[in-house]
Formats: sequence, structure tokens, C-alpha cells
Amino acid sequence: MQDQLLTLISWMFLALGSFFYLVGALGLFRMPDVFTRMHATSVSDTLGVGFLITGMAIDAGWSLNTARLVIILAFLFFSGPIATHALAQAALHAGVKPALSDDRLKKARRISATRRAAGGGRDKSTTGTGTRKRTTRKSKSTSSGKGRARPSKR
Amino acid sequence: MDSTIIYTVAAIAILASLGLAVFRALAGPTVFDRALAANAVGNGAIMLLAVVGFLAGRPEFLDIGILYALLNIIATLAVLKFFRYGDLGHAGEEPVD
Repeated sequence: MQDQLLTLISWMFLALGSFFYLVGALGLFRMPDVFTRMHATSVSDTLGVGFLITGMAIDAGWSLNTARLVIILAFLFFSGPIATHALAQAALHAGVKPALSDDRLKKARRISATRRAAGGGRDKSTTGTGTRKRTTRKSKSTSSGKGRARPSKR
Repeated sequence: MDSTIIYTVAAIAILASLGLAVFRALAGPTVFDRALAANAVGNGAIMLLAVVGFLAGRPEFLDIGILYALLNIIATLAVLKFFRYGDLGHAGEEPVD
């Protein structure tokens, strides 16, 4: 009875881990940007790996294999954020910009322009000068994207 | 209950996510996408080793998984350092006052 319960719990953990692992990989495949891809990969690095290893450890019982699994889990829990942090810092250092906010701003401006051209003229006040000034300042610094840029003096 | 089925399902899920990560490694626009995808492929290899070890009844594969985990973080940091400084023996930046 207890064995069957443990097996059921282990199956549940393994299925959840597979699901989260696949979700993280799907995010890595679908997301539009380096930073959002990192965000998606952290799902499979924490939840997917955690659930899979917990399921396998429940299946293995108290043995040497559980100790090995716990070692792998602890190491991945430390190495995942370190790798993600280094990647994000290197990408920001090389001049890769998070593209999402600019894209949304452009999309909103295009929608309001077409609405104005269609004869609305109602939302003219929403496109103020503040947003325009901010985008020109943001788009002035060119991004190299090759990763060989020198550090700028702060 | 035979627990071969759930391990097969987990192995198939990990293989599918490995395929997606390999696509991102091949098609990534910047080098950081490729480094991120390589890191994801390394993690997938660790989990696939563990799951296939339990599937085949040979959990000794977990030792190889530990070794891959140690290699994976070093490889990622080395690639990032190389693409930042162009040299693996670089001493790093001077401290900014």
C-alpha cells in the first residue's frame, strides 16, 4: 500500500517535471529576446529539474542514488543562476538591448497613427513629447551585438 | 506498477526540449542566444542521463551526470569570458574608481 502510494507520488513528480521542462524549452524556442529567453529557461532549470530529480529520488528510496541526485540538484540550483547572471551581464555589456519595450512602444504609436489617419483624432494627447524624447535618447547608442565592446567609463 | 512508462515519457519530453534548444543554438541571432542554448543542452544532457539511467536500471549514469554538471558551468563561463575579452587568459577589467 505504501509502496503504491510512493510510486504514485513519484509518477506525479516525474510528469510535472517533464511538463515544466518542456514549457521552459518552448519558451527558449518562442521568446523574442535574449533576456526573455533566459527568463523562460530558468523555469526548466528550477522547476523542471527540481520535480524530475525529486521524482527519481522518491523512486530510488534511501540509497546512494538519492545522494547522487541531491548532489546534482544542489549543484544545478547554484550553477543555474550563476550562468544566467553571467549571460545577462555579458549581453548587457556587449550592448544587446532588451527589445520588448521599444517594440511595444512602436506598436502603440503605429496603432495610434493609423487611428488618427482614420479620422479619430481623439487620442492625440496620449503621444506626448516625453515618450518621444526617451526613445530618441535610447536609440542613439548603437548596439554592436558581437560581444567585443570595451567597458565604458562610468 | 511498472515505472518504465513514466521514465519513457520523461525521456521523450527531455529529448523534445533538447531538440528545441538545438534549434535555438543553430538559429540564435546573437552569440548569447547560442551560449544560453548550449547551457540548456548541457542541462538536458544531465537530466537525460539520469532518466535513462533509471530507465535502463543502471543508476551509475548519475556519476556521469555530476561530471557533466561540473563541466557545463565551466564551459558556459569560459565561452562568455572568451567573447567578452577575446582571450581566456585575460586578467579582467581594471577596477573603476
